[in-house]
Amino acid sequence: MSLIKYESFVREPLVDGTKTYNDVTEDIVCTIEAKPARLWYIGMYISIALLLFGVYSIYRDVTYGIGQWNLGKTVGWGWDITNFVWWIGIGHAGTLISAILLLFRQGWRTGVNRAAEAMTIFAVICAGQFPIWHMGRVWLAFFVMPYPNSRGALWPNFNSPLLWDVFAISTYFTVSLLFWYTGMIPDLATIRDRAKTKLRKLFYGVVSFGWSGSTKHWQRHESLALVLAGLSTPLVLSVHTIVSFDFATSVVPGWHTTIFPPYFVAGAVFSGFAMVQTLMLITRRVMNLQDYITIGHIEAMNKVIVLTGSIVGCAYLTELFIAWYGANPYEYDAFFRYRLAGPYGWSYWIMMTCNVVSPQLFWFQKLRRNIGFTFFMSIIVNIGMWFERFVIIVTSIYRDYIPSSWTMYYRPSIFEIGFYLGTFGLFFTCYFLFSKYFPVIAIAEIKHVLKTSGESYKAKMAELENLSVDEFYAKTHHDAHH
Amino acid sequence: MNIKKFVVGCFDDEAVLFPAVKKVRKAGYKIHDVYTPFPVHGLDAAMGLRETRLHTAGFIYGLSGTCTALGFISWVLTKDWVLNYGGKPHFALAAWIPIIFELTVLFSAVGMTLTFCYLCQIAPFVKRHHFHKRATDDLFVMVIECTSKTNVQETENFLKNAGALEVNTQLAETGWWLGRYDLDRKLFESKTETITA
Repeated sequence: MSLIKYESFVREPLVDGTKTYNDVTEDIVCTIEAKPARLWYIGMYISIALLLFGVYSIYRDVTYGIGQWNLGKTVGWGWDITNFVWWIGIGHAGTLISAILLLFRQGWRTGVNRAAEAMTIFAVICAGQFPIWHMGRVWLAFFVMPYPNSRGALWPNFNSPLLWDVFAISTYFTVSLLFWYTGMIPDLATIRDRAKTKLRKLFYGVVSFGWSGSTKHWQRHESLALVLAGLSTPLVLSVHTIVSFDFATSVVPGWHTTIFPPYFVAGAVFSGFAMVQTLMLITRRVMNLQDYITIGHIEAMNKVIVLTGSIVGCAYLTELFIAWYGANPYEYDAFFRYRLAGPYGWSYWIMMTCNVVSPQLFWFQKLRRNIGFTFFMSIIVNIGMWFERFVIIVTSIYRDYIPSSWTMYYRPSIFEIGFYLGTFGLFFTCYFLFSKYFPVIAIAEIKHVLKTSGESYKAKMAELENLSVDEFYAKTHHDAHH
Repeated sequence: MNIKKFVVGCFDDEAVLFPAVKKVRKAGYKIHDVYTPFPVHGLDAAMGLRETRLHTAGFIYGLSGTCTALGFISWVLTKDWVLNYGGKPHFALAAWIPIIFELTVLFSAVGMTLTFCYLCQIAPFVKRHHFHKRATDDLFVMVIECTSKTNVQETENFLKNAGALEVNTQLAETGWWLGRYDLDRKLFESKTETITA
């Protein structure tokens, strides 16, 4: 058996350089075994500082009530729900990369899936904070769970999208966590078996669950990964669909549109990929992983960004068209008088520029493969997608049916902003810890594709590339193992 | 405790491993297991392992989630505490689809993962005998179980001829025990003779 599988030369190598299996282990585990760089400490301190500010903001919110935020009875959802939808959207890219691309057999996912899944989990943790602390009397948060209680037993309303959210997000978090962790067990065992220090042996020994690498275990592991991917795929679509139901099932002009579910899902993937790019570009540079997260990977993700950005653009235009074509005066005003124009018009145009116009530059290959430009764009898209949620939420409700209750002008309080910054602190604290103590690249999966997609191994396939179909068949089937 | 004697052969290339597995099986040796650093596709078939039925378990767990959600919500909203939500039907199946779906996925994923851990007997603080440290790095470690009739020397030579880089004989506990990887608590006397090819 000379070849396990043949990969066409048309596809770029997924792993650059001349590498053996052992080199892969060394490259990825070395950062875990070495002392963190100074940059890591600086990043960690900044994250913890932000996190502490967030904790103080939440302390104010719990002690003095939601009045610490500038929400009113007209703008009852402001920064908090904007941030909730923003973070939950970011989480979607991780599942897309790890699950949907697994089902589509996209080899390039192997380089980025571990970190993207970690990002998903941390983003969902951050997202979950907003609806929880927005409850105000947060010590009663457990009321959302259906448990036998002394109130009658009075159950939560299963017909309410807000309760669907509870189920969707907790399921999403649990399933993502299981998918991420079971995938990581073999890699943790790799670190355990190399460990020299007592503490490392103990820690990785416990977290690797006594994994041995038995063939039968691998067979089950693959089956588990495939089924979890199959489950996560409709799950990730359902989560943002349900988040969009929070708005779409209401009777607020600007919210109750049937386009919301697909539009939200596309937007979520769009913003999530932008965040993956932001993180990956820094990670590969700082941790020296350019051979594993190659320009090819970055280009592939930029292609997803231009695709989903265009879908989002179509959705924006469709919304405007329907608002006009539907001939409902409230709907028309909500879009054309209070959203495109009016005191918040600037936020609409920031959204349009960042999300629809600027990603179109990624049609140029030169720009898709330019690291500096990609990093810049990833930030732009993150800003644009934050404004999308702000536009949807605030500009739909600041002028409601009764002009006397119109508000001018909703501005977040320092503690609303602090809460948002705090989730950045939480997110990056988690990400820094993850990148220091866990394998940021799926070691076993990289080894699995190394001999078919590694640069040095692909070079050896040149001979086969030149064969005719018949010759190729005769050669590869002559010594195939089964 | 279930301590057995094993002949261990280490390979560094799956292209050598596959024919070796075939040869070893043909010669009638009993392969205890092959430990690999990543899933080698086709190795399970080459070793004669049957397909896993884990996904069937996942399907059943999923179905139980569907039934739990549907049964519970319909009991709550049509029997236990019948509330009138804006004059809408009590049995509002369409509105329950999201939660029914989420519980299906949740039960299936959690159930399958727990079953996976149970079948593989993996859990925190579980310790096993590892035949070679590099089995999780870059070696494919074939372990042949010795019976009372096995000629150890002959088996070792056989593995060497099949392409093994490193061959040795180990006494090992086959199951798991509660332990920590930072403590070298020996559960048995192990005699390791290493013969390098």
